[in-house]
Amino acid sequence: MRRVAIVGGGHTDFVFESPKTGKELFAEAAMEAINTSNLKPKDIQAIYCGNGLSDFSEGQVMIQSYVADDIGCFNVPATRFEGACASATLAIRDAAMWVASGTYEIVLVGGTEKATALGTPLATRTFAMAHDSRYESPTGLTFPAYFAMLAHLYSLKYNIPLAKLKEQMAMVSVQSHEYGVKNPHAQFKKEITIEKVLSGFTVASPLQLLDCCPFSDGAAALVLASEDVAKKLTPKPVYIVGTGQASSGRMGSQYKYLPRIRARELAVKQAYDMSGLGPKDIDVCELHDCFSIASIIAAESLGFADFGKGGYLWEKGETRIGGKIPINISGGLKSKGHPIGATGASQTYEVAKQLRGELADQGRQVEGAKVGLVDTLGGDGILCDLILKVD
Amino acid sequence: MEYKLTFGKYNEALKRNKLLGLKCKDCQTITCPPKMTCGECAGVDLEVTELGGKGKIVTFTTCYVAPEGRENEVPYTIVMVELDEGPWILGNLIDIDPFRVGMELIGKRVKLGHKVFIGDKYSNGDAARPLFSFAD
Ligand SMILES: [Zn+2]
Repeated sequence: MRRVAIVGGGHTDFVFESPKTGKELFAEAAMEAINTSNLKPKDIQAIYCGNGLSDFSEGQVMIQSYVADDIGCFNVPATRFEGACASATLAIRDAAMWVASGTYEIVLVGGTEKATALGTPLATRTFAMAHDSRYESPTGLTFPAYFAMLAHLYSLKYNIPLAKLKEQMAMVSVQSHEYGVKNPHAQFKKEITIEKVLSGFTVASPLQLLDCCPFSDGAAALVLASEDVAKKLTPKPVYIVGTGQASSGRMGSQYKYLPRIRARELAVKQAYDMSGLGPKDIDVCELHDCFSIASIIAAESLGFADFGKGGYLWEKGETRIGGKIPINISGGLKSKGHPIGATGASQTYEVAKQLRGELADQGRQVEGAKVGLVDTLGGDGILCDLILKVD
Repeated sequence: MEYKLTFGKYNEALKRNKLLGLKCKDCQTITCPPKMTCGECAGVDLEVTELGGKGKIVTFTTCYVAPEGRENEVPYTIVMVELDEGPWILGNLIDIDPFRVGMELIGKRVKLGHKVFIGDKYSNGDAARPLFSFAD
């Protein structure tokens, strides 16, 4: 298998109620990715498009074919990846495989979503479609409710009083907003306080409003190329050196592991093994902070803290620039926003920017970062992890 | 290969307060709600079995923001129950004030009833779910 690199990227602003269509958002990110890769649309051999809900938000299925045509990549094979919030990460993993296999030299990958067009009730309904529709959704299960139940399980299993855990969870959201202020594409550019998090209305006990990421519209895209081609296109190729993916059953069938999510542990192990790297080698990480508790659980499964100790990473500032493992320096899903089909591409774009050293102007560069980790969770159990590296 | 205990059969039984699962003849594990294969060993030598419907709460939440069409149900409490036979199953909890439930719920013994979600235009019909109340 050949080495595969990210050569360029594009990222729209993440916003509430974008006036643009999902196709237009994807096209803007895609053309930025193609232009910054010093390529033309005719150079793209295939398109991999993450998208969760355009069927419901815009009445558009098969969006991947229309985006290909829209950006002048006429008649290229285009495939949609649906893995709820992990859609674009799955797309990147497969896109990288197609290049690594030698089938293609240059491909475009990304994701797009218009979640706020749904409005909160239908958005809540359609997001909840990623639960088991027959056996768990009838209870009124929603994603905040799912992670709320994990928070209670976590408190009990690791013997951390709920009030203490809630404070650590609030610190996760506070840090995300602090970095989001510095990200020009972020949906929320406003700092918050622990007191503000703890006084918000309850969405699903114990999660309050600012424990939860928003509904968002936006897109992100990347151009991937084989190593030989990448070296001709950019002085700073970012190699995809490890990938992993795993699935889960419904919440109840994960009973032996919760609040740990076994699929994440399997997926990241695949990525670590493939790259020959481990948690200690990671200089910067974008992980799936759909809810504050989700960040703490993820950090442990990725190997950055012992089980039950993830919250202390945030409490001690280890997740900040200069800390042991800088996490979500983009603002994360919480502050940057979470247009679900685009999120994995956005996370990967962010880590690539960090590894290329291009964020100093924004005051959020992790100095000397050479290896980064992308972690995305779809629904209650599709996990995809990517390890990126610069030589 | 025929699906031994379909959603349709499971749903009709739950509407009569009968909780059906599958017992694996290879490893004795009970899978509930049902799947094509044993949830533990992926075995296919399974027999339909009725569970007792009793267990203890392992986690919970009270939900204040509902999916479209179910706004009039909030606040509602969702519980994950570990059944005496082993499986975890998701249901709702009654006989409590949903505004006031806390960690003290965990470990409480409950027994099964049911309530039917009548369905919406996306759900392809109705679906009963467990409705738990405290066991005596
Ligand atoms: Zn078995």
